[in-house]
Amino acid sequence: MSTVKIPPVLRQAAGGERTVEAKGANVGEVLTALCEAHPAIGKQILTSDGELHKFVNVYVNDEDARLMQWTDTPVGDDDTLLILPAMAGGQ
Amino acid sequence: MSPSYQDLIAAAREVIPEVEPADVAPRVAAGDGPLIIDVRETAEWDQGHLPGAVHIPRGFLESRIGGTAPDSDQEILVSCASGQRSLLSAQTLHDMGFTNVTNLAGGFARWKQNNHPVEIPRILTAGQRSRYSRHILIPEVGEEGQMKLLDSKALLIGAGGLGSPAAYYLAAAGIGTIGIVDDDEVDESNLQRQIIHTTDRVGMNKGESAKQAIAALNPEVQVNVHPFRVNRDNVLDLVSQYDVIVDGADNFPTRYLLADASLMTNTPLVHASILRFEGHASVFTPYDGPCYRCLFPEPPPPDLAPSCGEAGVLGVLCGVMGNIQATEAIKVLLGIGDTLSGRLLIYDALGMTFTELKVRRDPDCPSCGPNADLQLRDYEAWCAGVGSHDHAGASA
Ligand SMILES: [Zn+2]
Repeated sequence: MSTVKIPPVLRQAAGGERTVEAKGANVGEVLTALCEAHPAIGKQILTSDGELHKFVNVYVNDEDARLMQWTDTPVGDDDTLLILPAMAGGQ
Repeated sequence: MSPSYQDLIAAAREVIPEVEPADVAPRVAAGDGPLIIDVRETAEWDQGHLPGAVHIPRGFLESRIGGTAPDSDQEILVSCASGQRSLLSAQTLHDMGFTNVTNLAGGFARWKQNNHPVEIPRILTAGQRSRYSRHILIPEVGEEGQMKLLDSKALLIGAGGLGSPAAYYLAAAGIGTIGIVDDDEVDESNLQRQIIHTTDRVGMNKGESAKQAIAALNPEVQVNVHPFRVNRDNVLDLVSQYDVIVDGADNFPTRYLLADASLMTNTPLVHASILRFEGHASVFTPYDGPCYRCLFPEPPPPDLAPSCGEAGVLGVLCGVMGNIQATEAIKVLLGIGDTLSGRLLIYDALGMTFTELKVRRDPDCPSCGPNADLQLRDYEAWCAGVGSHDHAGASA
């Protein structure tokens, strides 16, 4: 099981959790498992075709998955996935 | 009998040629004059000196000349107030093996009398030395760094949650000019976090209110109040007046606008954003590190990007993130340390964790990539457009 860190804007969709455990051998599988367990998250981060929205950054540990093999990037049990949409707040 | 002062002077005149100010001034003006060593005391030097001169007080001449003039054949002109201390100093250099040493006849006094140009070194006033003494003690800052800060100009976008603490600490640090862009007025609901404002200034423009707080803290700081929203018509004019941008905006169109303006004017952008218990911070150094759009190619739709006004923010989180911005702005201005360029720092106040992510330049970045066609556009429409529909293939 990998750990997925949930950003503040998705926590409600994750039942209030800040981290969620999800199974999968690569980024795509982990995110699919996450969205199956928490369909409300899927509605926010996936397009109607099931692709990840462009505004969602996913990091495996501290590296941008897009710059690795994107959803095919392998993920091990000790890896942490971080879902990161931009935040605008400043005031 | 040992030689008198007069004897020493006379003996030195036999050995050291004298140069009249009028003869060397044209060479100094043209920038091909000799190396000028000024051997007066610091208090005299601070009143003014020959352009380009190097200050070595006579007591340090033997120990420091090697660092300044490594070549003993180098042409050296020694100067003092009237030409006597410099004559004896020139004799010393001659005795040390320097073969091309001359003395400025009549010293700085005659130079000035003849109306040749004079350089007055910038020094901190006694008041500044006292106010900034804890900075001056730090080797990485010192008097020189403090003077740099005093000459610096920082532009704060917003005097809100992030801008309040940033403005306070930048002003305390002696940033010479602080510009504050904010069209908003102080509201009671701001005071839980926007600490530069006060209860009795509710209703006042935030820039004006911040200006009053800064004047009370450090009257030396010049505060430029820009009581309007930054937009594509005014952004380049505004940003190009400053050395660094501190982005404390509360919406995506402004953030993407600033990101592009930072690139177009080559002005470093110190970024932070906040929500509830979480903060992001980074530094975007134009064309040297990634830009905001390398990190976030597109903004999320509005329901995934609530403002602090919609979703709330822990007041003290603003203090942490705004002061990280102030820290990074000072480092950028001084050119010291490692900034957050190429890194996104995420602070989670609930877990009290700091996480760092690597941010890389995107070779296809539509803003800073080699094929980017960078021009300011309608960011409101663009942000609404990319956020409003299911856009698997949408791009800028
Ligand atoms: Zn870029």
